[in-house]
Amino acid sequence: MAYAEQVETEELHQPKSFLTRYIWSQDHKVIAIQYALTAIFVGLIALVLSGLMRLQLGFPGSIGFMDAGAYYQAMTMHGMIMVIYLLTALFLGGFGNYLIPLMVGARDMVFPYVNMLSYWFYLLSVLILLASFFAPGGPTGAGWTLYPPQAITQGTPGTEWGIVLMLVSLAVFIVAATMGGLNYVTTVLQARTHGMTLMRMPLSVWGIFMASILALLAFPALFVSAVMMLFDKLLGTSFFMPAIISLGQSLEHQGGSPILFQHLFWFFGHPEVYIVALPAFGLVSDLISTHARKNIFGYRMMVWAIVAIGVLSFVVWAHHMYVSGMNPYFGFIFATTTLIIAVPTALKVYNWVLTLWQGDIHLTVPMLFALAFILTFLVGGLTGLFLGNVIVDIPLSDTYFVVAHFHMVMGVAPILVVFGAIYHWYPKITGRMMNERLGKLHFWITFLGTYAIYFPMHYLGFLGMPRRYYAYEDYAFIPQSAQDLNAFITVAALTVGVAQLLFLFNLFWSAFNGKAAGGNPWQATSLEWQTPQTPPVHGNWGAKLPVVHRWAYDYSVPGIEQDFVPQTVSAEELEQMRRRGAKTAPTGERP
Amino acid sequence: MAAHSATPTDRPALAPDASAAGWQGIAGDWASDKDAFKQVPWGKAMMWIFLLSDTFIFTCFLTGYMAVRMTTTEPWPNASEVFALTIAGNHIPLILIAIMTFVLISSSGTMAMAVNYAYRRNRRMTAALMLATAFCGAAFVGMQAFEWSKLIAEGVRPWGNPMGAAQFGASFFMITGFHGLHVSIGVLYLCIVAGKVLRGDYERSGNYQNVEIAGLYWHFVDLVWVFIFAFFYLW
Repeated sequence: MAYAEQVETEELHQPKSFLTRYIWSQDHKVIAIQYALTAIFVGLIALVLSGLMRLQLGFPGSIGFMDAGAYYQAMTMHGMIMVIYLLTALFLGGFGNYLIPLMVGARDMVFPYVNMLSYWFYLLSVLILLASFFAPGGPTGAGWTLYPPQAITQGTPGTEWGIVLMLVSLAVFIVAATMGGLNYVTTVLQARTHGMTLMRMPLSVWGIFMASILALLAFPALFVSAVMMLFDKLLGTSFFMPAIISLGQSLEHQGGSPILFQHLFWFFGHPEVYIVALPAFGLVSDLISTHARKNIFGYRMMVWAIVAIGVLSFVVWAHHMYVSGMNPYFGFIFATTTLIIAVPTALKVYNWVLTLWQGDIHLTVPMLFALAFILTFLVGGLTGLFLGNVIVDIPLSDTYFVVAHFHMVMGVAPILVVFGAIYHWYPKITGRMMNERLGKLHFWITFLGTYAIYFPMHYLGFLGMPRRYYAYEDYAFIPQSAQDLNAFITVAALTVGVAQLLFLFNLFWSAFNGKAAGGNPWQATSLEWQTPQTPPVHGNWGAKLPVVHRWAYDYSVPGIEQDFVPQTVSAEELEQMRRRGAKTAPTGERP
Repeated sequence: MAAHSATPTDRPALAPDASAAGWQGIAGDWASDKDAFKQVPWGKAMMWIFLLSDTFIFTCFLTGYMAVRMTTTEPWPNASEVFALTIAGNHIPLILIAIMTFVLISSSGTMAMAVNYAYRRNRRMTAALMLATAFCGAAFVGMQAFEWSKLIAEGVRPWGNPMGAAQFGASFFMITGFHGLHVSIGVLYLCIVAGKVLRGDYERSGNYQNVEIAGLYWHFVDLVWVFIFAFFYLW
């Protein structure tokens, strides 16, 4: 058996009933939608939690049940859900599942059954996480970083049940992410179609591919730290617990290392930033190229930048730990690696801007979100340069400057790409366009609103306002003006939060009432827009797999009648197109 | 790189020559279409990638163990004393671990022979050797259970032990437990694949790759044990 033909000889699982078609489905497209809807659902819970926190901060005491404990619980769950259960799951499980097989010309993931299990484990982890809201003592309030000793020591909310459910949920999530990630990586490596070389893959696939590799290598550290903390909590071991006197009594623990947890956590946690960012980089590259009708600038450099960022992301973790008490010499090393990672990242930003330069920019809703991403990522990235330097980080550490930085760079920026990508690929997924007027309204409120939220936070950080406090009254060092700003931020945050209802409405309404889209509404080149049916049916390609003749960025090719050349067009077909084009546009130049 | 230029852009069919020798061939394979690793079926590629991920799990376990061994304030128990057995009046350090290691490494040998016989389509020998491998694995887990119960009888617990640092017991049960779990899963996995070989499931397609894939997992579990042996028992 020639293994190169495995993609053609492997039998496709055939669904037989409604249940196996839509619930226990092994089709990557259905699994993607399941992943995406679940992620959006938990994301909404996290959004509501952030609204509750903002109400407390802007208008202290306005919510009856919000005491310090409830605030910490809301804060912890908000962070954990947004980073892991929304963004990671949506980019890898949602977009990865939908786009990888379609973009590389495969019929499905290589192991559809494992792929299906991945979703069900993810759903289980979400259910365990949500169960902690109903457990005695509520969810854990340890902060999303779950630092021991406080995460499992009396006085933190949810030390009995909440933290256990959180750690178990994370372990289950990691199993799900591993099963998914193995599929994504193997599919990209081994199941591409004829002519689809690695250097012809759209950048979306590159970003998701690299992020999946990061997930496979970074999540083990979180898994191990979760197991060790569970042992500390349930068996009384002392991996992370030094000798401690808590509430006047010395605990049973002795000799453990809390810093060890921080190292393990951030060895996962920093690559996690790029697990979220790299798919966003990839997707936004395709959005920009398509809607600016221009090839992506420096494709090869963009690919290598993704790879370089992925590799470097494993050697910068301790820049989250400058004030942890680790050896100060580490600070120098990790500050250096951190600043080095700015080079490939800046390269990507330049290339996006240069792609736009002299492009035929269509200000569609996806494009608006893509442009907003570039701006937001730039702002968040630049404050990252501040925080990457030890000497600047120490005074700013644990202030609202940090909150503003990471919300800009890995909260808002990837979410803007999520929105842009959903508006962009929605017509392929449903066959209908999302409403553009609603989309634009949603965009402007979200974009301007997030700046109204996070720009003032930089200033509050400089004022010295510490993060993770639930109330800021009666601190001499925080001026009254900070409270006014806090109220302003809260109003902006609630506005942005409510505006997401526009998006949700648009998402469900357009599925039935949107304008019919046709197969390729954006006139895009990549393979997923060339499927015989829209939405693509099970097996994606009909009888024969597509053959790829070119990269994914042939836009505005001079001398032909249409301004894009799909990846499936061969040299002879291009010649014919050019001859036809010569008749209609004798100069061969674009107007 | 392909600029926004006047001549578009039909890129040549496939880049470097995949049939070339050495690095050029590797680059050619990676740059070509369909699959990066030629002649490697999906399942095998996926197993390799999984093992890479699993390597990180064991590395984190071992690194965590070394870190707490440094931070703990109590003295670390002497492993060769703790894991010594008195057999027929002779006090032999690490004897049980030596036997366990020998059994597990030997099982890698029978596994390799099983893969060889599988590709020769000798179903009976393949299944027999796989079951022998599984038997060695089960024996390993059995000896581990003996070791655990001996230590538990001597008062070693995850939260403390009479010999010294509490982290000794914690790391011991966690790391050997996690590895023992891998071996046990491997035993089941080998039995299932051996059953399929006997039943002739792979005869229809003529594809015995699954035996080799199970072998990959098994060799990995052995290799991990070598590191645990070196870092936990010998150090």
